[in-house]
Amino acid sequence: MTDPIIRAQAVEKFYVQPDGNRIEVIAPVDLDVEPGKIITLLGPSGCGKSTLLRILTGLSKPSSGEVLWHGQPIASQNAGVAIVFQSFALFPWLTVLDNVEAPLEARGVPALERHKRALRILDTVGLDGFESAYPKELSGGMKQRVGFARALVVEPEVLFMDEPFSALDVLTAENLRNELLELWLSKKMPTSAIFIVTHNIEEAVLLADRVIVLGKNPARVRADFPIELSHPRDRKSPRFVELVDYIYKIMTQPDLALAVPDATAAVQKPARQKYQMLPHARVGGVAGLLELLQDRGGKEDLYRLAEVLIMDAEDLLPIVEASVLLGFATLKEGDVEITAEGIRFAEADILTRKILFRQAALKHIVILQQIDSVLHAKTDHSISQEFFYDILDEHFSQDEVERQFETAMNWGRYAEIFDFDRASHRLILAEPTGEPHPPTTTPVQL
Amino acid sequence: MKRPERIAFRPLVRIWSVLPRPNAASLPDLIMFSGGLALFYGVVEVGRNWLGPFTPHVEISRSLGALPVYAGYSLLRIALAYVLSLLFAVTYGYIAAYRPRAERFMIPLLDVLQSIPVLSFLPGVMLAMAALFPGRQLGVEMGAVLLIFTGQVWNMAFSFYASLKSIPREMREAATIYRFNWWQRFVQIELPFATIGLVWNSMMSVAGAWFFLMACEQFGDFRLPGLGSYLQSAADNGDTRSILLGILTMVAVIVLIDQFVWRPVIAWAEKFKMEQVESASAPTSWVLDFLQRSRGVALFRKRAIRPLREQMIHYFAPKHEVRAESAGENKVVLWLWRCVGIAALGAIGYAVVRVVMILTGLHGSEFHQLGIGLVATFLRVNLTLVLGALWTIPAGVAIGFNPRLARIAQPLAQIAASVPATALFPVVLLVLIRLGGGLGLGSIVLLLLGTQWYILFNVIAGAIAIPTDLKEAASVFGIRGWERWRKLILPGIFPFLVTGMVTASGGAWNASIVAEYFHFKGQTYSTVGVGAMISEATDAKNFDLLLASTIALAAVVVTTNRLGWRRLYRLAETRFKLEG
Repeated sequence: MTDPIIRAQAVEKFYVQPDGNRIEVIAPVDLDVEPGKIITLLGPSGCGKSTLLRILTGLSKPSSGEVLWHGQPIASQNAGVAIVFQSFALFPWLTVLDNVEAPLEARGVPALERHKRALRILDTVGLDGFESAYPKELSGGMKQRVGFARALVVEPEVLFMDEPFSALDVLTAENLRNELLELWLSKKMPTSAIFIVTHNIEEAVLLADRVIVLGKNPARVRADFPIELSHPRDRKSPRFVELVDYIYKIMTQPDLALAVPDATAAVQKPARQKYQMLPHARVGGVAGLLELLQDRGGKEDLYRLAEVLIMDAEDLLPIVEASVLLGFATLKEGDVEITAEGIRFAEADILTRKILFRQAALKHIVILQQIDSVLHAKTDHSISQEFFYDILDEHFSQDEVERQFETAMNWGRYAEIFDFDRASHRLILAEPTGEPHPPTTTPVQL
Repeated sequence: MKRPERIAFRPLVRIWSVLPRPNAASLPDLIMFSGGLALFYGVVEVGRNWLGPFTPHVEISRSLGALPVYAGYSLLRIALAYVLSLLFAVTYGYIAAYRPRAERFMIPLLDVLQSIPVLSFLPGVMLAMAALFPGRQLGVEMGAVLLIFTGQVWNMAFSFYASLKSIPREMREAATIYRFNWWQRFVQIELPFATIGLVWNSMMSVAGAWFFLMACEQFGDFRLPGLGSYLQSAADNGDTRSILLGILTMVAVIVLIDQFVWRPVIAWAEKFKMEQVESASAPTSWVLDFLQRSRGVALFRKRAIRPLREQMIHYFAPKHEVRAESAGENKVVLWLWRCVGIAALGAIGYAVVRVVMILTGLHGSEFHQLGIGLVATFLRVNLTLVLGALWTIPAGVAIGFNPRLARIAQPLAQIAASVPATALFPVVLLVLIRLGGGLGLGSIVLLLLGTQWYILFNVIAGAIAIPTDLKEAASVFGIRGWERWRKLILPGIFPFLVTGMVTASGGAWNASIVAEYFHFKGQTYSTVGVGAMISEATDAKNFDLLLASTIALAAVVVTTNRLGWRRLYRLAETRFKLEG
């Protein structure tokens, strides 16, 4: 075994709230970055993978634990790392050449050598002839090539990439991925390891020698396994499909047994009861998924669904999770199956759908139950949004609270459980339209 | 490869032979060479004057030939004040953006300083300068420059601070991960990112400087040669011809500055826009094209700027071995900052005690007068805003909705707006006095002259920004007349209108000092108001009253901003934002 370049030991990230309550974003993670490998870090959106990347590069400090660079604390080192960013993060006022030279200027490389090295690397990534262009003159794919060139020009030992292809269109992304792989395999890059953060499962299987899957809330390693397929990899090969399917399974089943038992789990005191976390899906997405499922015989493989819909796992999974949460579908072994309730919903007209959704929401969604019962209990049938922010604050980070609230608003308004007045930031009890109250809509008591 | 550095050692004849031959392409260089000569002459002239003995009351000649010289002096003062402002703004903004503890009081302080009118700084600035340069003209000159500075600097500082705060996170991370040193961050990220905001605020600041020029060049017993004092002296003598000539000169200077400074700078700053795609219609400037064609400029860049840049890169590079984020605060530096903080607190404490002592020394009647003045100015300012909005909204929308009209009206309005209203005061007063109205009515006209443009320009911009499909939807559904205003136009221009009104409100409060109190034909015209009180207190050297009225004015301005405008602003940013 070779020594790892970067070793993360029990790194953890949490925020301490004023009342002393800890919101954990990343549970203690051990992770090694070894030379000679492409490692991909997969995880659902908002799970903290980008945060973990920033900890590994030394950009941000873990709340506890340590990151070592060749055995030394990374903060004290001039770690040989570079990052390719999702948004490219190029400087629009510098030409392509100046952008690539900038990191060398920071290192005090003399002008002539700087120029030569930058030109050489621009040549490598296929940007010949674009030296004096400004980034805004380039297409997305070309911009990201500049991002690559800027990263490679410092000859990093580890090249980090934060969702490098997700701002690009499908074809451009595919092209760039292949070129990256070619550079890597032909050893044209001065880099001994690549660490890619992505939410695209196929991309991970296509590129990686090792895949790490993160779970969310808080982020923790769910799976960590090698991929030994030889390059170039065939997306249609049985092994490839099997691996993609396997990762889908892990990502959709939070309680699937972990391959490696978590050593820290035993010593942790039992966590507080987890509050139900809403997946960030819109009602329209749920309805669309259910209709499609019913069209396709009521049951479908997740991987196939993603293909049919041309959707990333990142976009598809919340919709699936929402359907499951509402009792409209079930998820087993990477297959989604519509339930009887789901069929009724898919076949109903607009008004009936609202009633069915309302029933399902009040039966299964904790926050909506809470809102409904509070609104009924109050004489003026209205309540400030702060009240719910306070509830959610106990369980989620600030950004997540916002997203949870937005999703709850979207669902609750559709279900006509309440109305939300943005000007006064108040929730107001809504009277459902159409038919008089069906008996089933009485609020579920907490 | 040629080795250019050898040229310097060649005999003179050879140098002559390598110099560009006079042809059309070398015209830019020729012109710039002459410009350099003229500049040199100017520096010598000014130096002789400023380093000379102290003449407190310069006799202002009202001859036509004196005008260019006066314009030059005024321009020089404004330019110096602007350079000072820029340096101060960048330093202040930088510290506020990166030191959270300092930020907490530096930003509110900026708010307060911004609301203090220029004249209120006058006594302190003059005394300090007279003490620093005893017996020299330089002291008074520096005083005037500092006064102009106090009118220019605050919004620039705020703009720089806000720009630094809005640099995208990934861009900062890129800088850290690629180990940019302090200098590189500053030159390659922070300055470029802040440039556009700084340019627009600089234009506003300099326009403000022209506005207060008359007040800054003649105060109490001091009088400096300049365009402002020329106009003032013409007004004192009721010399209409000189007033008009002075105004004409001022407009000419402003138009020239616009063509030779601001247009090129705006066109150049275009490259600092944070856009991902190239915009179709970028601003252009013939002066910038001219400069970019000049061989002299190209040579200067190659020989001077590039080597200098290289020097800076190597000077800073090795110093920055440790990552910025993990470096932590140096103990000594930390203590230094603490000492500065304690000293600042001490100074503030002392100032507060002095202020309280001075205020308790004021008469009850003066407080009474101050209260009335505040109410009067408050009403006047807001009446001005309403009147301004009443005509500018329909006019601005008409211009904004009609591209052909916009093409004609916009440059005209820009020139009209660039004429400092103060310069027009004498003319307006003349008319008003003939009509029999006093300054009570006149001051509103004067305030209006100074501030309506902010509203007009913003309304035009807002009307242009209303998407065509919304307009079409409105006409398809037959929304017309008042309904169209209520449903489409007013909500559409609301954010722009608020921005315009906020700026206009700040400008009007500040302008009240010159609008409510005026020397004309050897008489003093004034009306009830806090602005008049400040001017009067300055003239009478009643520093206690000056201090009290300034504090009161600043308090009212800051409070109305916090309670009124900022809420409207937030409403504009949330509910009335047109999102793509």
